[in-house]
Amino acid sequence: MNAIGIQIGWIIFMPILVIIMGLLYLGAARKITARVHNRYGPPIYQNIIDVIKLFSKKRATNHGVMFSLGPIMAFSGLLISLMFIPIGNRALLSFNGDIIVLLYLLVIAPLGMALGVGEGANPMGTIGIARALTLMLGYEVVLIISALSVMLYTGSASFMKIIEAQSGGVGHWFLWPLFLSALAMDMALQGVLGEKPFDQPIAPHEIASGPMVEFGGKYLGLLQLYHAIAIVVETGIMVNLFLGGGTLFWWFVKSFTVFFIALLINAVMPRFRIGQAFKFFWTYPAAISLLGLILVAILK
Amino acid sequence: MTKEKAPKGIKGWAQGRSLWMLHFCTGCGAIEMPPTMTSRYDMERFGITPMATPRQADLLLITGYLTVKTLKRVVRSYEQMPDPKYVIGFGSCTVNGGMYWDSYNTIKRLDLYIPVDLYIAGCMPRPEAIIDSFTELIKGIKEGRFDGWIRYRENIEFYKRNQAMVMDIRKWSLDTELAERIWNEVQEERKKRFERATVPHVYELAERIPEGLPK
Repeated sequence: MNAIGIQIGWIIFMPILVIIMGLLYLGAARKITARVHNRYGPPIYQNIIDVIKLFSKKRATNHGVMFSLGPIMAFSGLLISLMFIPIGNRALLSFNGDIIVLLYLLVIAPLGMALGVGEGANPMGTIGIARALTLMLGYEVVLIISALSVMLYTGSASFMKIIEAQSGGVGHWFLWPLFLSALAMDMALQGVLGEKPFDQPIAPHEIASGPMVEFGGKYLGLLQLYHAIAIVVETGIMVNLFLGGGTLFWWFVKSFTVFFIALLINAVMPRFRIGQAFKFFWTYPAAISLLGLILVAILK
Repeated sequence: MTKEKAPKGIKGWAQGRSLWMLHFCTGCGAIEMPPTMTSRYDMERFGITPMATPRQADLLLITGYLTVKTLKRVVRSYEQMPDPKYVIGFGSCTVNGGMYWDSYNTIKRLDLYIPVDLYIAGCMPRPEAIIDSFTELIKGIKEGRFDGWIRYRENIEFYKRNQAMVMDIRKWSLDTELAERIWNEVQEERKKRFERATVPHVYELAERIPEGLPK
């Protein structure tokens, strides 16, 4: 009974922790980008202020039922995928095969956004969503092949078993034996996180922040929270598969390190066209991850 | 109905510390924005970031002169912004017309058409002046001093009448009935004035300062 109570407590507490950490990640991202640009930058808690402001807005334009359901669907889809990612060696809803379920669930969030944006009927938003789905088609292939090579290496499709197999220090991380897969996944992660050069879906200067174009006030606040969770979930896949999980503190340190690398690339890069990005994902990262998969299949 | 008030306390603080601005780059004032954003003056340290659409913005910057055609876009953008919203008039052109004081197709006083919270004088104001106005705005928002959107709603007839004097407001205003009525009234007035006129009009200087300014 007590164990179940603790488990439920963690299921409620974990999203709150992840939202706060994700917002701090975003704030740190703005600060670090500013330092790279030789600026002073906003305080690290700036995104928390932004969210408070957005939720305290008096009015927000609404275009219909689906317009308000879309962000909620995206947010809850992401919340469910968070439950399948063990954070700090703590399995919330883990079971055997949760990696495959997670890879499916990650698609719900962009689809929810697509439904919401469709009701808004703004051409910029439609372009943004079309780009997001095209980009997804590009990086999902790499992501799945890389995850597949890890599954093949351990013979398991469970995050907890994979983390267990990596326990025992830095030398046991799958980063070393599966270096090619890890490299490919990190490349794909740049697209998953939507950092430059793969920020075509939300290109503020071209298509006026794409899918978010019609959202304001509380809807935008919800999307900020969505973005905060998304960063932790997406870097979390990398941490659990290749960097060996770890305790709560070390888990977030590793996750931030993965985000930090993406951030530094983001700070100095321009943006690809969507066609170029798609082509990129299906050539180099796809080839590297396939090579990694073949090596695992042969050497295992 | 209770009178709406500007946010105070934690809401006001959050609103002041996180201003997302829509810089409506009409005139030459836009050239002063890049130095304000980039490494030398860096306005992001106050939480001020440029935003791409009016739906996400809190602060509307009118950077320079406004032609009558642009005014229409400005009013439409302003009406799309969610409350609370703030407007900064930027440069002499928005104060009294500046060097376009006798132009036939620019407006001279911005706050006849949309409520302006702060003016920055100068032709053009330097980035220091812009940063100064931002800090003043942040301070004022925390204290709940700026309430432009409330003034706009309370004096909607005044603003719509002024807008109708220079452009067609019927198709795009949020309250189409009100806009239609005011537009017709202004047209009637204008017809009468043309009948009374003794000298032929080359063009009608569209903008006159009305008598009863709202407080």
